[in-house]
Amino acid sequence: MKSYTSYLTAAIVLVILCLAPAFFSTYVLGLLILTLIYGIFAMSLNILTGYAGLPSLGHAMFFGISAYTVGILEVKMSTNFGLQLIAGLSAAVVIGAGFGLLAVRSKGISFVMITLSLSMVLWGLASNLAGVTGGTDGLPGISRPKLSLIPLDLEITSSFYYFVLGFFIVSALLMYLIARSPFGYTLLGIRESETRMSCLGYNVWRYKYLSFIVAGVFAGLAGILSVYYNGFVNPGDLGIETSAKVLFMVILGGAGTLLGPLIGACSIVLLENFISAYSQRWPMILGAIYVLVVLFAPDGLYDPIKRFIRRFVRL
Amino acid sequence: MKPLRIEMVRKNFGGLWAVDNINLDIELGERRALIGPNGAGKTTLFNIISGMLTPSSGKVYVFDNDVTGLPPHKRVALGLGRTFQITNLFSKLTVMENLLLSLKSVDRTRQTFLKPLASYGHLCARAESLMDQSGMREKRDVTVRTLSYGEQRRVEVLMALAQNPKLLLLDEFSSGLSLEETTSVTSMLKSLPRDITLLLIEHDMDVAFELAERFTVLHLGRVFAEGDRDEIKTNPQVQEIYLGEDQ
Amino acid sequence: MESWIVQALNGIALGMLLFIIAAGFTLIFGLMGVLNLSHGALYLIGGYVGVSVSRYTGNFFLAVIAGMFTVGIMGILMQHVLLRHIHEHLPQVLLTIGVSLFFGDLAIWIWGGFGHLVNKPPVFEGSIQIGEFSFPCYRFLVIIVGVIVAVFLWWFHERSIYGAIVRAGEDNEEMTQGIGVNIRLVKTLVFGLGATLAGLGGVIGGPFLGVYPGQDLEVLTLAMVVVVIGGKGSLLGAFLGALIVGLADNLARILLPELSLFLIFALMAIILAVKPEGIFGRE
Repeated sequence: MKSYTSYLTAAIVLVILCLAPAFFSTYVLGLLILTLIYGIFAMSLNILTGYAGLPSLGHAMFFGISAYTVGILEVKMSTNFGLQLIAGLSAAVVIGAGFGLLAVRSKGISFVMITLSLSMVLWGLASNLAGVTGGTDGLPGISRPKLSLIPLDLEITSSFYYFVLGFFIVSALLMYLIARSPFGYTLLGIRESETRMSCLGYNVWRYKYLSFIVAGVFAGLAGILSVYYNGFVNPGDLGIETSAKVLFMVILGGAGTLLGPLIGACSIVLLENFISAYSQRWPMILGAIYVLVVLFAPDGLYDPIKRFIRRFVRL
Repeated sequence: MKPLRIEMVRKNFGGLWAVDNINLDIELGERRALIGPNGAGKTTLFNIISGMLTPSSGKVYVFDNDVTGLPPHKRVALGLGRTFQITNLFSKLTVMENLLLSLKSVDRTRQTFLKPLASYGHLCARAESLMDQSGMREKRDVTVRTLSYGEQRRVEVLMALAQNPKLLLLDEFSSGLSLEETTSVTSMLKSLPRDITLLLIEHDMDVAFELAERFTVLHLGRVFAEGDRDEIKTNPQVQEIYLGEDQ
Repeated sequence: MESWIVQALNGIALGMLLFIIAAGFTLIFGLMGVLNLSHGALYLIGGYVGVSVSRYTGNFFLAVIAGMFTVGIMGILMQHVLLRHIHEHLPQVLLTIGVSLFFGDLAIWIWGGFGHLVNKPPVFEGSIQIGEFSFPCYRFLVIIVGVIVAVFLWWFHERSIYGAIVRAGEDNEEMTQGIGVNIRLVKTLVFGLGATLAGLGGVIGGPFLGVYPGQDLEVLTLAMVVVVIGGKGSLLGAFLGALIVGLADNLARILLPELSLFLIFALMAIILAVKPEGIFGRE
């Protein structure tokens, strides 16, 4: 009966999401869009960190590289959406395949350092190659795609919302299926005991490498949606603060669970928006939240929330 | 064709020869026990055979294939399986999920990225039959972390058996098991067909004598003595090197 | 010819500054396995405290002491109050990031969102002429301080009994505790030492690089590059890595100014590809 409640909750949430534009203001829709985008981003990191047990502090490398690819194509060459999407995702694959060779050799804290360092390489490049990337100011003025197949004007928030929701549903579904597939379980096994998996016949390196790339592709998708939403891209999208934020979302929600990262993404997006409206000290508050969560809820909020909902449902 | 042939294998750890010029020949269908006091090099030898360690010199042949230097995951395809002395299971997964992972690895059906593992009917059936054989069926969906130590040791053996190994390395499978459980697992192992060769490390002499027909005694990294049950039982030097050893 | 000398000196000066920072970072990592990502923020706070004390008292030396002391205390508190309770690497890293965000923004709150000019001690004002190029005297001070710190750390880590205790702790924590060492105290003090070095760097670096918001991220990045190249946990590696990065940065500025940052990162990527533990790293 446990899975029954989960599916029911998911279904209810899905219905609410589909009907959202009818009930919520543009402002709230904007928040939902950000939640969905960061939801994809966090769920993708969960594959790498929560499932395979590889703690990446450089996941923004995928988010940013795809965002920049789309941004550069749009600003410099005015290409169509299909091309931008393929190019953006391909950039993530290339980065994943290339950097993966360097990163997947290490474990634990070394992996943290290497992923961080590699993402900073991209950050440095983006900050410096002003001619291509706009340097530290980034690239503004990126317009949303003009869709030819579907009659939606993405400049309208509610239309763009459905655009993002569509990608979110597809991504979430794919990642859900991956989690339940042999591949997903293999990653879980690797996280628990690499030696056992190796002695059972699994090529552990190859699975870790694949998970790096797969996680990267979904993160790249999130980056593409983000650049369309914001209209600009800057080096921060490749930087440590973005990587840390998404990692924190995964940990806050509960790493290794399916919904946890989504909860984490939602919480941080909401907090950021509400607090920024009243105070300029959001970074300080976010920092304090990191510290408090790590000290007092290191396994994330997923379990406490689940228990709370159970109690609520029983009432 | 010999399941296992070890030629002049040596392993050095920072100046200490953990394994020193070991030669070992195991015949098809044999039940061989590797015994000897602590520190004799038995687990090191297992790690070399399974590929977790590379020998400093010497060669290892599994079913006439030179596997020296071959990574562990490639040896499984040759029919090698092993259990671990310290239980090495996926503690946050259920018993069923543990077994499915073991089974899936050697499964020949095409791997799809997206089909749920739990829906591989033939794997689930095999997992369940394994669990039935060792009375673990009610624990099917229990997280391994919450099992008793004895139950975990039983799953440890099942994980290896699930893959239908042709050469099975058992590293002190009875450690932590009650008398009942030991008897039960021992008889399960005894009933294995003769196309499976067993090599076991065992500290419990009763279990060793019950299950094995030939014995290799290791001492300080070398082969000290070899023989069948009676020869080893009555060898006074073997008894000597065990003096002072609490079993 | 002269321009190369000046650039080399510039590179060495930057290298010495980077060494002071990276040494603190690598000490903390070597003993505790903690990737202290707040190291840049500690540097920044040190720099700002230096600016304020220097302005208020007019005394550069006092500013240095104040910066080192303030940040040192912050480091001790961070380890004793916060990090001590966390035993896994990833949460530790996230905590240091949280601290970094907190203090980075606190600095903006207290000192404003703009850069500050730092006054050099009058003795070191001015520059010397090397050919047709001038080299600021102050940078000699930076080099001297760097060398003093290097010698002190070498003595501390390799020759003193305290360093022996630290090295024992780096090697085998349980065993060290087993022979009666209060490893908790050692960790706290080492964290304090590492932070103090960051603070020293912040004050010394002020007249050299300026003090401004966002600098914490740049400094942290450079420290990480140094440690990746030189090898984490190795002081010699930090020294060598810092020199390499300092010289490479200045070299790049002559040859390819647009890509100076990239060159350093490319160096790092090469090391990661060829010898992931760094030049002097162990693993």
